[in-house]
Amino acid sequence: MTAPATQPPVTKAKVPSQRGSGSGPGRDGMEGRTLNAFSHGFLVLWAVMIVLPLFWILLGNFKTDSQIKSSAWTWPTEWTFDAFQRGWEKGVGDYLLNTLIVMIVSVPLTMLLGAMAAYVLARYDFVGNRFVYYFFVAGSMFPVFLALVPLYFMVDRLGMLNTYQGLILVYVAYSLPFTVFYLHSFFRTLPTAVHEAAVIDGASHTRVFFQIMVPMAKPGLISVGIFNVLGQWNQYILPLTLMQKQSGGDEDRSMLAQGLVSLMNQGNYETDLPALYAGMTISMIPVLVVYLSFQRQVQSGLTAATIK
Amino acid sequence: MHRKKYPFIAGFLVLPVGLYVLLVIWPYLQTISYSFTDWSGASQNFNFVGLDNYKDLANDDVFIKALQHNALLLVLVPTLTILLSLFFAFMVNVGGRGGAGGVSGVKGSAFYRVIFFFPQVLSIAILAILFKAVYRGDDSGLINGTLQAVGLGDKNNPTEWLNDPDLVLWCIVFVMIWAGAGFYMVLFSAAMQSIPKDIYEAALLDGAGRFQTFFRVTLPLLWETIQTAWVFLAILSMDAFLLISTLTSQDFGGGPDHSSEVISTYLMRNFQTYSKSGYACAMGVVMLLLTLIVSIVTLRLSRRDRIEF
Repeated sequence: MTAPATQPPVTKAKVPSQRGSGSGPGRDGMEGRTLNAFSHGFLVLWAVMIVLPLFWILLGNFKTDSQIKSSAWTWPTEWTFDAFQRGWEKGVGDYLLNTLIVMIVSVPLTMLLGAMAAYVLARYDFVGNRFVYYFFVAGSMFPVFLALVPLYFMVDRLGMLNTYQGLILVYVAYSLPFTVFYLHSFFRTLPTAVHEAAVIDGASHTRVFFQIMVPMAKPGLISVGIFNVLGQWNQYILPLTLMQKQSGGDEDRSMLAQGLVSLMNQGNYETDLPALYAGMTISMIPVLVVYLSFQRQVQSGLTAATIK
Repeated sequence: MHRKKYPFIAGFLVLPVGLYVLLVIWPYLQTISYSFTDWSGASQNFNFVGLDNYKDLANDDVFIKALQHNALLLVLVPTLTILLSLFFAFMVNVGGRGGAGGVSGVKGSAFYRVIFFFPQVLSIAILAILFKAVYRGDDSGLINGTLQAVGLGDKNNPTEWLNDPDLVLWCIVFVMIWAGAGFYMVLFSAAMQSIPKDIYEAALLDGAGRFQTFFRVTLPLLWETIQTAWVFLAILSMDAFLLISTLTSQDFGGGPDHSSEVISTYLMRNFQTYSKSGYACAMGVVMLLLTLIVSIVTLRLSRRDRIEF
């Protein structure tokens, strides 16, 4: 706490102008006001830069392909949802279904396995506890990229390329480090008294976990659950590598994000941009809903992911 | 009290740890061992070739180019993102003046916090489709269209943002900052909020202006968070793969003519298109080493006395 104490003499010159005016615009003088206008302007500009492209794409859902391609600044003439239907039929519906099938299993499984590991690591003393914990934390430090080549062959050897169960297992494995890290600190903060009482009453360890600890850890589970839902919904590199058709007859099990990008690249939408934009809108709406409803948990969850 | 403790611990750990070792840790380790082989990836036959892959990398012009682009991203993206997000965080938390407590954010702080953060939760796929449209090379692109609408663009010769070798990397840098600034704003906000208000009030009473408050109070107290952010952003820009592969031309991105090539895009092309898995793994190891070096150097260089408050 030494930094603020070493103020240069400049501060003294400013003191008189402050007297008597507890608040109000006079305090900062001209410097303050110019800065204020500038900073406000910049905040507004950045907000526009975020919102405008998104809004512009959403508007594209209702334009015709030729309207989109003729100029950036056209306004839709007909407000129909045709583009959504076309996008849906061109694959977005299937991709959505694939994504849901995988996530309905992978998210609860991530939570269950993550909570089990975190609970044991947080509340039980045993040889190798710290080692296993740091082992988990270390896994989230490196980009998935570095493991990609061997991972592909590992999943291949398990006979699980382009299968739902293969991707589910990989999603769970790669979501575990953060889940364990987050829930570990959460289980540590829970009071021990209830736990001890239950054990004295004869409850088994497993019973204590499922009937006492899990309900008590609900806020933590929700936070990390949202984090996993967003992360797995938006995952791109893992499905790109692991969910490729293995033969001509193999089904297309692309996830939503992966499918949209391949549609964009394959040129299937070359003549139908509105349908592509509609696909994008469909995959964005759940994210937007989750984000706006759980905005605080999302922000704190993602922030916790950084500060390890 | 401790009945059946160890079977319980083992039972709870076996599945998560097993899955994690099999699919995360083991592949990480395998990358290292494969990097010493001439493995094509197609079969399980390969020979141990020692450091040959690494020697080839040193003479591979495309790889050198990719490395340089990574270095550029490594400097630009963290620096610009941190500067911008620090500014935002300061405005949103202590930029406003005149509240009863004397320290508050500017008006609409909550709103900015929600909006700025939003790109962070969007998938790369969404970013790709969005910015493909924004950067489109004719006047139907958002940037070209806007430039022309205000009379700055040339209608007959619009800028091909993503196909211009001189511009493409800058376009990527912009998207990375666009997507990341809000996240780091929130991160820095959290750190700023943990600074006791009386420190700011004391500075205010001493007559410190906003600049002084920022440089003499906020910045020193935030140093550790900034350091974390730098490491995190550096790792992020090390693997700019997702954005570059989806936005730029060529197999797995990197175009035009390797002008946006980074290690990760070249790695994927060697692995999936050229079937040179051993070589790709060697690139993975180089990336891993660079990541470690950057993290260690950052943490060393910026080490300062820890400030307690």
